[in-house]
Amino acid sequence: MTILEIQHLYKKYSDKYVLEDINLEVGRGEFFTVIGPNGAGKTTLLRLIDLLDSPTDGKIIFDGIDTTKCSETEKIYLRRRMAIVFQNPVLFNTTVFENVAYGLKIRGVDKLTIRKKVMKVLELVGLADLWNRRATTLSGGEAQRVALARALVIEPEVLLLDEPTANLDPRNTAIIEKVILNVNKERKTTVVMATHNMFQAKRLAHRIAFLFYGKIIEIGKPEEIFTSPKDPRTEAFIKGEIY
Amino acid sequence: MNEIIEGFFKAFQLILSLDPEVLNITLLSLRVSGTAVILGSIVGLPSGALLGLYDFKGKQLVVNFVNTMMGLPPVVVGLFVFLLLSRSGPLGLLDLLYTPLAMIIAQFILATPIITGITMAAVSSIDRTVRETAISLGATEGQLIWTVLKETRMSMLSGIIVAFGRVISEVGAIMIVGGNIRWYTRALTTAIVLETRRGEFALAIALGLILILLAFIINMMLTYLQRKGERIY
Repeated sequence: MTILEIQHLYKKYSDKYVLEDINLEVGRGEFFTVIGPNGAGKTTLLRLIDLLDSPTDGKIIFDGIDTTKCSETEKIYLRRRMAIVFQNPVLFNTTVFENVAYGLKIRGVDKLTIRKKVMKVLELVGLADLWNRRATTLSGGEAQRVALARALVIEPEVLLLDEPTANLDPRNTAIIEKVILNVNKERKTTVVMATHNMFQAKRLAHRIAFLFYGKIIEIGKPEEIFTSPKDPRTEAFIKGEIY
Repeated sequence: MNEIIEGFFKAFQLILSLDPEVLNITLLSLRVSGTAVILGSIVGLPSGALLGLYDFKGKQLVVNFVNTMMGLPPVVVGLFVFLLLSRSGPLGLLDLLYTPLAMIIAQFILATPIITGITMAAVSSIDRTVRETAISLGATEGQLIWTVLKETRMSMLSGIIVAFGRVISEVGAIMIVGGNIRWYTRALTTAIVLETRRGEFALAIALGLILILLAFIINMMLTYLQRKGERIY
């Protein structure tokens, strides 16, 4: 069953198209990865899906709802069914606990439930001991794990990840990969992840889309993309000739 | 040289013995500047936040105006308030000239743009990233504004303290509108000017020391708050 459908999507910034004629479908519970070199348009695509930006043309259909026709209030409610983790997460200037609790608080969840859920998700990312620490004193890896916990605590239907492990050390990368894989398998959360690390995509994804200069070159299962790419540009990216 | 050293000794004596006149002058300074800054915060914090958060036609003009007002010379403000409050001025009927209230009005005009300007800069500088994070987590417009304001609380506090530091140490405005009347409108800075002219160096030094002490305490608070408010991403 499809949860996310993108049809003929275009995005233009000042006279330049960043995304051109993007068409894709993401199934419920799928781990979908968008790979491509830096500047391919991956972040723009995720921002459009999360309704943080509006497309120049085309449609984004979330669970059967055409988001381009939604009012601002309707967008808030659709956005609340998703969560995004940015490459450089911004943590609020307060404790780790309060950061993770934010999404629940603004949804009006009661204190006891917030406490339980926040502590549970902090355990999941291995930061339960740091719940009372000031978020601004954390290391980069810890901060990214808090941002992931903050996204997961609201139990989104779709989890959007924008290069979640770029610039992180192998240990933090491993923890984050394990958590998102786990969430996808056990909670059946749909994951859409952008990464320029093709090995990460290969390790995690059910399907991969190769995005190159604003266009999707091909979409397929990891084995298809990696062993028999249809397009020479995909092949060149996999061989590390373009990055 | 001896005069200065003697002055210092006498100054300590005056401070430690809680000389009633020194105490009166210090308390008046604190009361006038404190009230001006509280009123300035009531006006400046929301205006700064609104200017930082929203774009509108003519915003740049307002921003430039606020920035110019931040560096307004106190004597000019004093002159302006004097003209407003003097008998023949538009607010002459209120009979406020040479009262502590006139001093509060002058310092309020000096403090408000500083608080507005610093709040505005703080809100617009962290606006984008924090704003987007809050939106992505599902915040409504109201929740978003609240989040941004909470995030800038440290800078807002710094703005208030900077404004307090400026008004407590200014002399031009309150000298003109307060008149430096003994036991009534004599503040730390105006008293220092007078006592120096009269050759009462001990008293002038005592008042100067108190002023420096207050400035020091304010700076300590500012540094402490800034440290506490430091952000790393």
